[in-house]
Amino acid sequence: METVKIVLRDQEYEVKGGMTLRDALNQLGINRESVLATRQGELITDDEILRPGETIRLVAVISGG
Amino acid sequence: MKCRKCPQKAVINMRQHKLALCAVHFPQWMVEQTQRFIQKYRMFTPEERVLVAVSGGKDSLSLWDILWQLGYQVDGVYISLGIDGGFGYSQKSQALCEKFAAQRGLKLIVVSASDQVGLTIPELAAVTQRGKDKPCSVCGLTKRHILDRVALEGKYDALATGHNLDDEVAVLFGNTLNWNVGYLSRQSPVLPARHPGLVRKVKPLCRFYEREMAAYALVRGIEYIYEECPHAEGSTTIYYKTLLNQLEADRPGAKLSFYLAFLRAKEKGLFAQFFPEEEGLGAGGEVLHTCPNCGGPTTLEGLCAFCRMVDKVHEMGKQT
Ligand code: SF4
Ligand SMILES: [Zn+2]
Ligand SMILES: [Zn+2]
Repeated sequence: METVKIVLRDQEYEVKGGMTLRDALNQLGINRESVLATRQGELITDDEILRPGETIRLVAVISGG
Repeated sequence: MKCRKCPQKAVINMRQHKLALCAVHFPQWMVEQTQRFIQKYRMFTPEERVLVAVSGGKDSLSLWDILWQLGYQVDGVYISLGIDGGFGYSQKSQALCEKFAAQRGLKLIVVSASDQVGLTIPELAAVTQRGKDKPCSVCGLTKRHILDRVALEGKYDALATGHNLDDEVAVLFGNTLNWNVGYLSRQSPVLPARHPGLVRKVKPLCRFYEREMAAYALVRGIEYIYEECPHAEGSTTIYYKTLLNQLEADRPGAKLSFYLAFLRAKEKGLFAQFFPEEEGLGAGGEVLHTCPNCGGPTTLEGLCAFCRMVDKVHEMGKQT
């Protein structure tokens, strides 16, 4: 299990472990301003290094009624 | 990344403030900042009664939570719109508001659009000219009307809404693209009541990024409705917010400075000629008349836009 799973709504992405969350978001084309990231329910900042095998859940923050 | 105030890990990094805070200091900071903005923009005082319009979303429930923590006299109002969207949007969001209020022993007023008008918002949209493309115009008109009426009947001094900085900047951006000076002149953290049928409107969250509001709700464990109203999909607001976040990602603080520079320009009187100070005048300086049916303001003599819409619906009901 080398990869990290990143989940945003019903989308699932995979990136390599060992990079920062910021780099992962850039690679996936997800704007860091439009999401929050959680690891096991806890908010993390985007300088965190992703650990192989873990799942990061993103919370979309934009709403627009 | 470490918290600026203690050795704990930060849960959020606010690049526009060069400030990272932990799960303890971040919500504290949000509460303190809100108090600062309430005073700075003279929104309301502890002696006044405030009504918060809640939708079940992160912003309005977090606002209620913050004002409650600050010790203000604050009740909530929820308007049931009767929107389902295949997942019970209105029902679900109402249940979340009720739960939130019950957990804190707060008073929640629930008003249903169909009790007021006889139809739910989607039904109303289907039968009116105004709603022919999307229910949002009918929905907005109905919400504004009901909120003013509930606030005035309950003798509240101010109506607080959960608009955050991204909401404000999206509106500002749209109005600037069109140079809609009437709307620009009216956009403000506080809108005093300019007519006896209106209540003062305040936006205590207007300087927080939407991202911070979502983080606040998460850290405080506030259960909010994550799904959008099904009619928000593809809205211009979402489009503008996405664009502005691209700008923000490259230039941290761009959204905040756009908004604050606008407020400063307004304070210097840039739009003053379009929004005279006198009471009884609307945006653009037109005289506000009083609707003979509901007592609300209207720019044309006779019934207000809301009462005209309801009247039409009732007439249609008679014909069929
Ligand atoms: S998206 Fe439109 S219909 Fe849905 S709550 Fe907002 S204004 Fe009403
Ligand atoms: Zn701390
Ligand atoms: Zn009326």
